[in-house]
Amino acid sequence: MSAGAPKPLGRAKVKLAVHGVSMAYPAHDKPIQVLDKIDLDVREGEFVCIVGPSGCGKSTLLNIIGGFVQGTAGEVRIDGEAVTGPDRRRIFVFQERGVLPWLTVAENIGFGLYDLPPAERRARVANYVNLVGLRGFEDAYPQELSGGMKQRVEVARALAVDPDVLYLDEPFGALDSITRLTMRSELLRIWAAEKKTILFVTHDIEESVQLADRVAVMSARPGRIQKIVDVDLPHPRDLSDPRYLAIRDSIFEEIGIAHRV
Amino acid sequence: MRDLRRWLLSLSGLAAFVAVWALAVALSSTHVVPSPWRVARGLAELAVTGALFKHTIASLFRVTWGYLLGVLLGVPAGLLLGWSGRAARTFDPFIQLFRPISPLAWIPIAILWFGVGDPPAVFIIFLGSFFPITVASMNAVANVNATHINVARNFGLSSYQLVRRVLLPAVTPDLVVGMRLTLGIAWLVVVAAEMIAVNSGLGFLIIDSRNAGNRYDLVIAGMVMVGLVGLGLDVVMRRVERFDGLRWSYGAANTADAAEGARP
Amino acid sequence: MNPSRRAEAVLLPLLVAAALLLAWHWAVIHTHTRIFPSPEKVARGVRELARRGVLFPYIGASLFRVGSGFLLATLLGVPLGSVMGRYRGAATALNPLVQVLRPISPLAWIPLAIVFFGVTNLSTIFLIFLASFFPIVVSTMNAVRAIPVIYLRAAQNFGFSGLALWARVILPAILPQLLTGLRLALGVAWLVVVAAEMIAVDSGLGYLILDARNAGKRYDLVVAGMLLIGVIGLALDVAMRRVERLRWLRWGFSGR
Repeated sequence: MSAGAPKPLGRAKVKLAVHGVSMAYPAHDKPIQVLDKIDLDVREGEFVCIVGPSGCGKSTLLNIIGGFVQGTAGEVRIDGEAVTGPDRRRIFVFQERGVLPWLTVAENIGFGLYDLPPAERRARVANYVNLVGLRGFEDAYPQELSGGMKQRVEVARALAVDPDVLYLDEPFGALDSITRLTMRSELLRIWAAEKKTILFVTHDIEESVQLADRVAVMSARPGRIQKIVDVDLPHPRDLSDPRYLAIRDSIFEEIGIAHRV
Repeated sequence: MRDLRRWLLSLSGLAAFVAVWALAVALSSTHVVPSPWRVARGLAELAVTGALFKHTIASLFRVTWGYLLGVLLGVPAGLLLGWSGRAARTFDPFIQLFRPISPLAWIPIAILWFGVGDPPAVFIIFLGSFFPITVASMNAVANVNATHINVARNFGLSSYQLVRRVLLPAVTPDLVVGMRLTLGIAWLVVVAAEMIAVNSGLGFLIIDSRNAGNRYDLVIAGMVMVGLVGLGLDVVMRRVERFDGLRWSYGAANTADAAEGARP
Repeated sequence: MNPSRRAEAVLLPLLVAAALLLAWHWAVIHTHTRIFPSPEKVARGVRELARRGVLFPYIGASLFRVGSGFLLATLLGVPLGSVMGRYRGAATALNPLVQVLRPISPLAWIPLAIVFFGVTNLSTIFLIFLASFFPIVVSTMNAVRAIPVIYLRAAQNFGFSGLALWARVILPAILPQLLTGLRLALGVAWLVVVAAEMIAVDSGLGYLILDARNAGKRYDLVVAGMLLIGVIGLALDVAMRRVERLRWLRWGFSGR
């Protein structure tokens, strides 16, 4: 791994360590191997993207890291402590599917703040409603919102509990391309302001190169980490910068597709 | 204008039914099957003597108690079975075994255990509501979106909090629909039970009108009343489904993209 | 299911069944009841029915009535429900009628059934038909209404209309939901068999229950009849679920 790479995060301590994680589902004749001995270190405050073709097990991997699913082998450690289940210090953002339909926008954002006094909770909710630009929609139900707005509700709900780590599973996959671009820069702004460690799963290579400090490229089933690519470019990134294009193209090549239509 | 036309159209089916009935009676010159007109007079007669009111109240009384008992026991049982895989594996076979047994088949045993009068009838209605509402509650839990449960786990909710803040709200819409359908079943059962076990109620009115003097006009008057009350109960329960606290669940059906079928 | 759960799914119900049988047995002994039968007496009752040669004829008679009434209800209810689901006007005109007739217990029709058909198999089949007809109409109507409009537009675009549209698009589209509706309606039909056989027919499991009670308070046969109804109803349900799970129908389940 690029431990010695001259990056600002190079000396930050390892926040999240994945060691030899495998996953197999039982099937009729022989088990289906979904993940095969995954190793990955993520440093504190780092933004890591996992990309790969659909069906490569990247979502399964994120669910194992999040503690929702038990892998068949290996372990995940955070701050040196083994992950045994989901935890409020590490919040998983499920596209927009995790927005609870029976709660309003404000109630959704306050969902994890149950141990705060009401006044403080209201203030915190108002703050994050503003942050994601949903002022005026506090009392709306999710059914009345667009996909992008629901996505922002989920992000705000995650940030409101001030977690160390955010897991995002193709969070912008269901959005139109304009909203997706806005959401990307919003996420980067929040990441810069709040100093979270972010693990972000996507099948969109461009997206991963625009966002991440490092991109972990996974191979098709059984999922393995094929290569880890450093994206050593400052934000905001210039999408016509030759270095950006070179990194993007190297990942296209790594996955084995030509990037010409 | 459009409303008026719609309203007339919605009555046309009923009107056609009554017209065919009247015509069939007139053409066949039957003395047994009464014409709609005679049934209407029969209804008026029952209303004037107060029998209609008395029997309707008697039926509603039984249905209320049996149904409430069924819901009070069936909903928690169903939620538990839906939530705990082990409880489901243990008790589901028995529910599936007892469910197909008509509540009416219990009548001999109900009379043996509870004597005559209201208690056996309430017991039978209880049985008629308990199994459907248990199964509906079980399915409601099974239909809860797994992602929502994961969200609750992620935010560190205690088991009690998880039930109160996620599970119960999530199952409520399905549960209310289940309660409406179950009330319909309870109403079907009460009429049947009254034909055998007791001597009041709309079911009794129907069977008694036939046995005591072949008053088929009163038989059909009783049936009409059963239909109307059943419809009324259904309408009331549908109102509950539209209750403001459940606004979130039916919003989807009203949005344009659902109507367009964007989401199959 | 993993092996330990599968074992649990067999063992736990068996344990509970054993406990229930013991409790029943114990309750009968302890209360010194002369009327309510013990489990052994019920088992002997079933054997007695088999020996008298009525067990299978009764089961056959009940299944025949339920089968005929249900089949008739399907043949009439699915087309009517399709029309009501497809054409708003038809639904507006017919739905009030359906909604008024539906809550009337099939039993309430007994006097009229006898007037129409006499004390015959036809009367019982008519009652079972009534019991399953309305649920089938309503579930078919709802299923047709839930078909995404784009399917219908695509089909019309390719020149399908009328019966061809129904056979090629509407029926396949509603099939998974329709089968669930039919399974539930079959359950209702089986529930009603007891009621229907209260008309003075002289065979069938419902008849067995009422006759055993009225002629000599044979409660062992009453309970035997109930258990037989339960087991057969369960078998019908399982069989219908098997049909729902057939591979070429399964698409409906992933769609959820």
